[in-house]
Amino acid sequence: MNIGIISAAYIAAAVLFILSLGGLSGQESAKRAVWYGIAGMGLAVLATVLSPDVANVAIIGAMVVIGAIAGWFVAKRVQMTEMPQLVAALHSFVGLAAVFIGFNADLEMTRVLSIDLAARDNLIGFAKKLAQKDAVEQAILHVEVFLGVFIGAVTFTGSIVAFGKLAGKIDGGANKLPGGHILNATAAILSVVLGVIYFNGGGVEPLLLMTLLAFFIGYHLIMGIGGADMPVVVSMLNSYSGWAAAAIGFTLGNDLLIVTGALVGSSGAILSYIMCKAMNRSFISVILGGFGGTTGPAMAIEGEQIAIDAEGVAAALNDADTVVIIPGYGMAVAQAQQSVSELTKRLRAKGKTVRFAIHPVAGRLPGHMNVLLAEAKVPYDIVLEMDEINEDFPSTDVVIVIGSNDIVNPAAQEDPNSPIAGMPVLECWKAKQVFVSKRGQGTGYSGIENPLFYKENTRMFYGDAKKSLDALLPMID
Amino acid sequence: MKIGAPKEIFAGEARVAMTPDSALQLIKLGHSCLVQSGAGLAAGFSDASYSAVGVAVVKTAAALFKAADVVVKVRALEPVEIKRLRADQTVISFFWPAQNPELLQKFCDASANAIAMDMVPRISRAQKMDALSSMANIAGYRSVIEAGNNFGRFFTGQVTAAGKVPPAKVLVIGAGVAGLAAIGTATSLGAITYAFDVRPEVAEQIESMGAEFVFLEFEDSQDGAATGGYAAPSSPEFLAKQLEKFRELAPEIDIVITTALIPGRPAPKLWLADMVGAMKPGSVVIDLAAERGGNCDLTQMDQKIVSDNGVTIVGYTDFPSRMAAQSSTLYSNNIRHMIADLTPAKDGVIVHNMEDDVIRGATVAFGAQITFPPPPPKVAAIAAQKPKEKVKEPTLEERRLAETAAFKAQTKSQVVLLVIAAGLLGLAGAFAPQEFMNHFIVFVLACFIGFSVIWNVSHSLHTPLMAVTNAISGIVVLGALLQIGSDNALVVGLAAVSVLIATINIVGGFLVTRRMLAMFQKS
Repeated sequence: MNIGIISAAYIAAAVLFILSLGGLSGQESAKRAVWYGIAGMGLAVLATVLSPDVANVAIIGAMVVIGAIAGWFVAKRVQMTEMPQLVAALHSFVGLAAVFIGFNADLEMTRVLSIDLAARDNLIGFAKKLAQKDAVEQAILHVEVFLGVFIGAVTFTGSIVAFGKLAGKIDGGANKLPGGHILNATAAILSVVLGVIYFNGGGVEPLLLMTLLAFFIGYHLIMGIGGADMPVVVSMLNSYSGWAAAAIGFTLGNDLLIVTGALVGSSGAILSYIMCKAMNRSFISVILGGFGGTTGPAMAIEGEQIAIDAEGVAAALNDADTVVIIPGYGMAVAQAQQSVSELTKRLRAKGKTVRFAIHPVAGRLPGHMNVLLAEAKVPYDIVLEMDEINEDFPSTDVVIVIGSNDIVNPAAQEDPNSPIAGMPVLECWKAKQVFVSKRGQGTGYSGIENPLFYKENTRMFYGDAKKSLDALLPMID
Repeated sequence: MKIGAPKEIFAGEARVAMTPDSALQLIKLGHSCLVQSGAGLAAGFSDASYSAVGVAVVKTAAALFKAADVVVKVRALEPVEIKRLRADQTVISFFWPAQNPELLQKFCDASANAIAMDMVPRISRAQKMDALSSMANIAGYRSVIEAGNNFGRFFTGQVTAAGKVPPAKVLVIGAGVAGLAAIGTATSLGAITYAFDVRPEVAEQIESMGAEFVFLEFEDSQDGAATGGYAAPSSPEFLAKQLEKFRELAPEIDIVITTALIPGRPAPKLWLADMVGAMKPGSVVIDLAAERGGNCDLTQMDQKIVSDNGVTIVGYTDFPSRMAAQSSTLYSNNIRHMIADLTPAKDGVIVHNMEDDVIRGATVAFGAQITFPPPPPKVAAIAAQKPKEKVKEPTLEERRLAETAAFKAQTKSQVVLLVIAAGLLGLAGAFAPQEFMNHFIVFVLACFIGFSVIWNVSHSLHTPLMAVTNAISGIVVLGALLQIGSDNALVVGLAAVSVLIATINIVGGFLVTRRMLAMFQKS
């Protein structure tokens, strides 16, 4: 295959990727969009493999087959509730691949420069490209390799830590080593110093050392971010993996890599921005971890949490005409989405209006709740966003809050001293009655008391979400 | 303690203060119960049904007063009953202490205790003993039924083969408990219901019951919360405005139900003779305030009259008694809850705790002393309404100014950003070779495309988006593919591993996205 056809295939692949992302604007077109993505990827890989620049096709074949089987296996096995950790784990692969490719570029450069000019004509692929570079281009290549490896390394360890946190394998809270951000800053400055040494012909050692430092930064950065900020972290890592790919694209002079990396990078950045806006926090404060300091004592909460049993909830549901369900991470933890779906089905069969209100940061991944509800076969046209449903709460008879806390916290609006003051929240307390399904009396991930639980129209339905709902189901008639 | 319920001797009173069900609960509290023979008959409770749950049936009222430590009644004591009072005997019933000071004095003289069910403070905790509300609820319901009984047409509009029937129009004046119950009954019968109240904050409650709030344009509407949920007298200007509105409505209204009462005052006249005159023949006015003089000019207490133009005006005062079985059940439960509060240890011993807000508020005579009026309760009945903040509507001029200012600020920040970006690019371009800049163009344009494409992605698809972008970022595999042909074994090895993990990423990412998207379905 000649270069022209390969370029044409690359252009087609880039267009397909753009169509794929754009197609995600609606549920129906999204089903088509994923095929665009697959076609684009297939085209790109096929064109590359068939190009004259590639050798060792046997190894490629073996690796692709093994990888494909492993990927297929993972994708089939994973539970929908485990989606956040899967995405995080996959990000780490991209990061690691970027690190390896960066090192390869450096090794190849050293090798190519060491062979004499005459022999360079026989080189193929990346090495051939390297051979044609002049001194300035080589310097730029150094910068590109350095950046690619740095971003890739941060993505790698960051994603592994995020995976651990989301999978519950390491403590989910914000844990920083003593020294906090100073450590990160020091590591970053040291990396820059190493970078300067590397640019001036320092060889592969500074690069290795820098990689270790970047590993540390990725680890420590994500360790310091916890709990409710995890959706931002995941989309941020998504963005990083894109930038890493783009940096590799520069190194290799491959436009398709650059385009795709930039697409992924900017999409992750925008998602992070949307998440941050939904929490009324700046991106910087999320990255720096933990909620901002309070400016005064929190408002005292009056009243008490009043518990209710399944009969009481069932009676209220049987009387209600309009019901809104607000799912949160607790629903995912308890794997209660099937029970929620069954409840919805029964209530709808009785002619009641049932809708779902989804806060942008509910769960541990952007759109996490939507996916879980879709898995449980809840129709997506009754699943609404915060802005679509917030003004309907005053005319709602019953609101069921399942395992969410901070996103329904009225303190965000009522208490200017609250750490989450100003964060847009679902105003469920305006409904006639609110039932909160919750394991115990503890606070939410952010550790803030929730005045909603003390309101006069709120009843606490204690217990594991799935068990509570299953107890409730037979009583809906 | 022995709790006894005598037969009501007030003419026409059919209710009873103790039912077999409530007696059962009282016995569980450790009390023993007595009832006068025939007390529950008018409400549908036979002597046998009382004795079946262990209530002693006593022949005469005199014997009951002699035996009982606590006498529970509906109506306030009649003179003949007062003579039977013993020292330290407690009577629980309606009292209307403000209107009956001499009755209180007689309790003092007999050193008997009096708990007035009509004095239970209106706080959340005491709702279960709020007999006024439970009776008003019944009165509201019954008023609509009574209206229907006297109204010659359907409530609901119907289109039948025999012709079209317009729906009845009902106006409820005063949206207290009775008013709201009337609204609920009228709307559920299918009538078009309007409601009026001087307290604008009840508009929401009225609308929640399915009626339309008759809105009055008037400044300084009163805040009913200050008076414990009751209306206070209105200013003359307000009253005039209100009557004007009613006069306007009168010709089209079929049924008027008035429930307006102001505590401690005669009922305000709201439906005047000329309004009755303006109504269509066959219309009905139900005056629930008849006992206090009536809201309607023509109302005669305990009478049903027909005006000259054929409008029926009902002034009954015994609506709860007309549904004696239901009202006895609710009232006896109110009493039962009161006694439960008086028996904190559930051991049959009554502790008259004058520190308790509810008990203190309801007790009007205790230990040979008049304890009325009670001090204000420690807990405010209803939270005071916060004054609503007025959001100033910006004028067209101001809005345009704000828009231009915002536009200017935006332009400024964009221009500044563009200049900085152009400067940086220029700097890079000055040093970087041609090839790099070519790639850079591609990079910048791709970023822009990414930004504009992603903004349109729907919220609910953010997880699939992440999975897809994750799969697509597996494009780094191209880098590894281009390097795998190297002669250096280390390079080949690293590239092979990269191909492997990038493939896992690609295949896993796309498959999982497909799995997710396949689940989204429309209802």
